[in-house]
Amino acid sequence: MAHQIYEAIVDGILGGGVYALMAAGLTLIFGVLDIINVAQGILVVVGGYLSYVLSVHLHIDLFLGLLITIPAMFVLGLVIHTTVIRPLRGAERTSMSLLACFAVAIILEGALYWIFGANNITLKASYVDASFKVAGFYISDIYVYCFILAVVLVAAIYGLLYRTTFGRGVRATMQDPIAARLIGIDVNRVAALTFGIGVAVTAAGGMAYGATSGGFNPNSGYDLISRLLAIVILGGLGSIGGALAAAVFMITVESLVDIWSPNWAIVVFYAALVIVLTVRPAGLFGRQAVRAQ
Amino acid sequence: MRPVRSRRHKNARFLSLTATAAAAAVLAAGCSSSSSSATGSSSTGSGSKSPLVIGASLSLTGDFSADGQAYEKGYEFWADQVNAQGGILGRKVELKILNDNSSPTQVATNYQTLINADHVALTFGPFSSLLTAPAAAVAHRYGYAFVEGAGGATSVFAQKLNNVFDVSLPVANELDPFTTWIASLPASQRPTTAAYPMANDPFATPQVQRAQSILQPLGVKTVYSNIFPEEVADYKAPADDVAASKAQAVVLGSTDVPTVSSFMTAFEQQHYNPKIFIAAAGPDQGSAFTSAVGVKNADGMMVPDAWYPGSSNSLSKAMVQAYVAKYGGPASAINADIAEAYSVGEVVDQAVTHLGAVDNTKLISYLHSGVTFQTVQGPVRFNSLGENLVATAYIFQWQNGNFVQVLPAGDPGSVKILYPKPSWGS
Repeated sequence: MAHQIYEAIVDGILGGGVYALMAAGLTLIFGVLDIINVAQGILVVVGGYLSYVLSVHLHIDLFLGLLITIPAMFVLGLVIHTTVIRPLRGAERTSMSLLACFAVAIILEGALYWIFGANNITLKASYVDASFKVAGFYISDIYVYCFILAVVLVAAIYGLLYRTTFGRGVRATMQDPIAARLIGIDVNRVAALTFGIGVAVTAAGGMAYGATSGGFNPNSGYDLISRLLAIVILGGLGSIGGALAAAVFMITVESLVDIWSPNWAIVVFYAALVIVLTVRPAGLFGRQAVRAQ
Repeated sequence: MRPVRSRRHKNARFLSLTATAAAAAVLAAGCSSSSSSATGSSSTGSGSKSPLVIGASLSLTGDFSADGQAYEKGYEFWADQVNAQGGILGRKVELKILNDNSSPTQVATNYQTLINADHVALTFGPFSSLLTAPAAAVAHRYGYAFVEGAGGATSVFAQKLNNVFDVSLPVANELDPFTTWIASLPASQRPTTAAYPMANDPFATPQVQRAQSILQPLGVKTVYSNIFPEEVADYKAPADDVAASKAQAVVLGSTDVPTVSSFMTAFEQQHYNPKIFIAAAGPDQGSAFTSAVGVKNADGMMVPDAWYPGSSNSLSKAMVQAYVAKYGGPASAINADIAEAYSVGEVVDQAVTHLGAVDNTKLISYLHSGVTFQTVQGPVRFNSLGENLVATAYIFQWQNGNFVQVLPAGDPGSVKILYPKPSWGS
């Protein structure tokens, strides 16, 4: 039993990295734009399909392919922001953005069905099935790589936010968009670029998801979005590090409960969310704290 | 005072946003689209030359979209074939297919629409037992015969509706040839331990539980038996638990390719290779399965089913030939869903032709009369619950890239079973 518990903890930590990759863009976009991007699930799937196209048709390695898919998703993010998000104005902007993002999700889902059909696909590479033995149990190569990628990307976003002029503009916009505009920050540009970056990061999440799940199709985004929202809420809306911490925490809890009852594992996932929000309504790393950094 | 008020205002706004996000999470967890698409016209005409409109709801999007779209192709292919021969009773068949997005709620709404608004003459069933149960209840309310091919779960027949007729094999019995084969093995060759991971689905759970109830008294010790939810992105955790059990046989209650693929990948990562690995669904999906798991890894994987493209049934041979002529590709790529959907059409065609009229009340009585119908899946004869009494269960296995029938042992179409299963990738 101890062996299974250790294994579940390792699985949870590494699996949390995969979810952090998928959730990072969601929390970043919320932090700056006050928008709950419910299209994040389908954007993860779009990222997975891009990796699939590069891998199967151009034989480009999954991780190397990110050099192409990340800029491609960045452009997609800019297009979505310009055509769908930016025109939303007024007091109901946040709630209207829910509907707008849902519309984006349906359009993207329809496009993927039209292009790729309904059959499930998987991302394959030599390291996807491989594993190595540590302390008596096997650790999957792909999960380790994805966890490292998650840490690197989270660190890169932190660097962008806290070590660059653009990052100062982003944080100023997060704190007070009107004041930011008064001191000469182009808030619209910051918002567009942030949305683009948030979607671009999702390319990595899509690749990780495609390589670690048993397969996906255009509908798979719906299975993801509720979990991703739960993770970013638990981590604190707007907190990139919080998303990583929350993902690791929730997937570890789920893996541990799974030893005794897989059916209850998913319940515990959401029960943990409710309990934490009862104690800390702003999540583990609430956005107020993030903005104060 | 002002900063305090401002902070309060911000906190209140932030909390309201968090609440909105939480509500969105709940909404997204249960979201489903209700988009619909129709093929064919909605004309219902009752004259002898007017088209015969048949309505069906299928999962063209959502969790069952791969199977739902295959079913759509099967229904449409059957309609094309029937129309090429003059239709039914001289009337061209037109299909009106609505998309239920794999939602049990939407499927009920769709059949209400098909019957009350579109006034279709007949109804065909949706995909999956999960959707057939609520859909059949709607059809029953309006006295429509409900012939279907993918609603063979116990939960469907437990409703005891007199209008339900499943042309396929009852799912609870699908693994019977497998358990019979295990029982026939000398004790020294039988697996001593078995794991039974099951998806929380009316198709997957009953057949695996039945297999467990048969194998356990034979001395095959259960070392893992758990139901896992389907609403997750991957199945690594339960798969790792099965690997840790080191069971010699794995009987997986799966519903699709990703579930099986996820378990296979996790097993390979754990360097765990059971002697027997049989899955309720997934390996029967032809190239969709092998492209997901790899041809070498597929070797030795088993799955129950009632039909395969190499079937010696003359109706099946004709259908396969016509299908390949129309759509191209190898026969092995034809999905079993196509045959199930096609069989639904065949049974309705034979019954309506015999009756000489499109009358749902008479159709229900005739289908219950004990008559045997011939379909690409083999003979069909219904009991009082609508189960197909004469369906034959087969077990298929991947061997060197070929999908072959291995059980029942000694059946003319069966080849020798590959046992124990080869190592992954060998």
